[in-house]
Amino acid sequence: MTTAAATMSPAGTDAVWPAIRWAVARDLKVALRSRTELAVQLLFYVIVVSLFPLATSPEKNLLSTMGPGVLWVAALLASLLSLPRLFAADFADGTLEQIALSPYPLVALVFGKTLAHWLTTGLPIAVLAPLLGLQYAMDFDALVVLTAALAIGTPILSLLGAIGAALTLGLRASGSLLALLILPLYVPVLIFGAAAVDAARTGLGADANLSLLGAGLILAIIGAPFAAAAAVRIALD
Amino acid sequence: MLGRVFEFDSPQEIAAGASAIICINSHSRHPPACGSVGCLSDASQRATTLGIPCWKLAARRGFATLFSGLSFRVDEGEALVVSGANGTGKTTLLRIIAGLTTPAAGTLTWSGEVVKPLDPDFRRVIAYAGHLPALKDELTAEENLASLLMLDGEAVKGDALRSALDEVALVRQRMLPARVLSQGQRRRIGLARLTIMPRPLWILDEPTTALDASGIGLLGRVLGRHLAGGGMLVAATHAALGLPPARVKSVALS
Repeated sequence: MTTAAATMSPAGTDAVWPAIRWAVARDLKVALRSRTELAVQLLFYVIVVSLFPLATSPEKNLLSTMGPGVLWVAALLASLLSLPRLFAADFADGTLEQIALSPYPLVALVFGKTLAHWLTTGLPIAVLAPLLGLQYAMDFDALVVLTAALAIGTPILSLLGAIGAALTLGLRASGSLLALLILPLYVPVLIFGAAAVDAARTGLGADANLSLLGAGLILAIIGAPFAAAAAVRIALD
Repeated sequence: MLGRVFEFDSPQEIAAGASAIICINSHSRHPPACGSVGCLSDASQRATTLGIPCWKLAARRGFATLFSGLSFRVDEGEALVVSGANGTGKTTLLRIIAGLTTPAAGTLTWSGEVVKPLDPDFRRVIAYAGHLPALKDELTAEENLASLLMLDGEAVKGDALRSALDEVALVRQRMLPARVLSQGQRRRIGLARLTIMPRPLWILDEPTTALDASGIGLLGRVLGRHLAGGGMLVAATHAALGLPPARVKSVALS
């Protein structure tokens, strides 16, 4: 409508924080308006976790040995199920193009979307896990470490998953391809996460495992948004 | 593989390095509708630049070359209308200009400087409207508009939003979720967004899609205002846009 100078920049669009805030606000608003979908994903987690004690013996020792592993694997699967939602909807309705063409840095917008995804997927899982851990005869210390490990680990799942979701955008059978791409990356998170809870359960310290998880989170925060942004650009090409 | 034949109504062959930057200090130019953050209020600061000469663009889809050797130039106040049958590469050309797609050959320049795809400075001067209206079904019309504008760096208050929606005759539907709006109404939200964003270059892909007669008239008025204010337009369309022919250059892809 006007002939503003070609180099005029809408104020502050080099800033990263407004970009993250925009992405989180919008994605949360959209997600909360389709609450059923979120509830279904959480319910999937609850059901999977509850199936194992029914299928195997109710013997206390067996359950408490199995518990950390089952809870973690179920969190992985729930994360995998919810990942296509991260970019696919925006890709399908043209929003992803506008996001790529926005003056804001794409990396910040992608990070914001991933953060919103974690807030609606990983965080509820981490909050619900202690309740489900009771089914596996886990004591209080183990439950605390379980919550902490999931709280650190599920963001890593979202960040790594964002890379996979962006890479498989627009492909057919993207769900299974996504699983194939991302599960190998998830394995270290699974190992250290489950080992942390195991260590707490058997009385050894969980510090080492939790620290490694924390380091993994920092690496993921630094690296994953860049990779995901690059993958988004490729998908739009 | 050679490209196919193109026609230019007003052939503008590009001499190497022929673009120049012209500063226009015009006080007669009407100031931008300043509701947006960052608009310049001092007319002397508004250096307006020549538009986009493009050197020998070529595009490929899979193994087929859509076009090659395409050159054109759009100056301030001018519109480039791209026409052609389905599948000739109009959308691809527009996406190349916007920077979403990398051309197989050739370069795009803006104000004499070469622009790479998704160049951050170039992203600030364009407004792209593709086939899909980029609306979230769960958000209301007003929320969608506010969100899109904030994504483009324009923090717009409620009154400006309402008047923009009023201009596109959507003010009574502004609280409805986009899911229940018709295609034409969704396109009108995109049009409202264009009227608020102060961007020099508009890239529109089939802007008349789904619009009724009054919508097309509105579109023509909005585009005319944009061009009269010195903006530039690149549009792919089958239908007439109602632009003053003196300002229109056309490219027919075949």
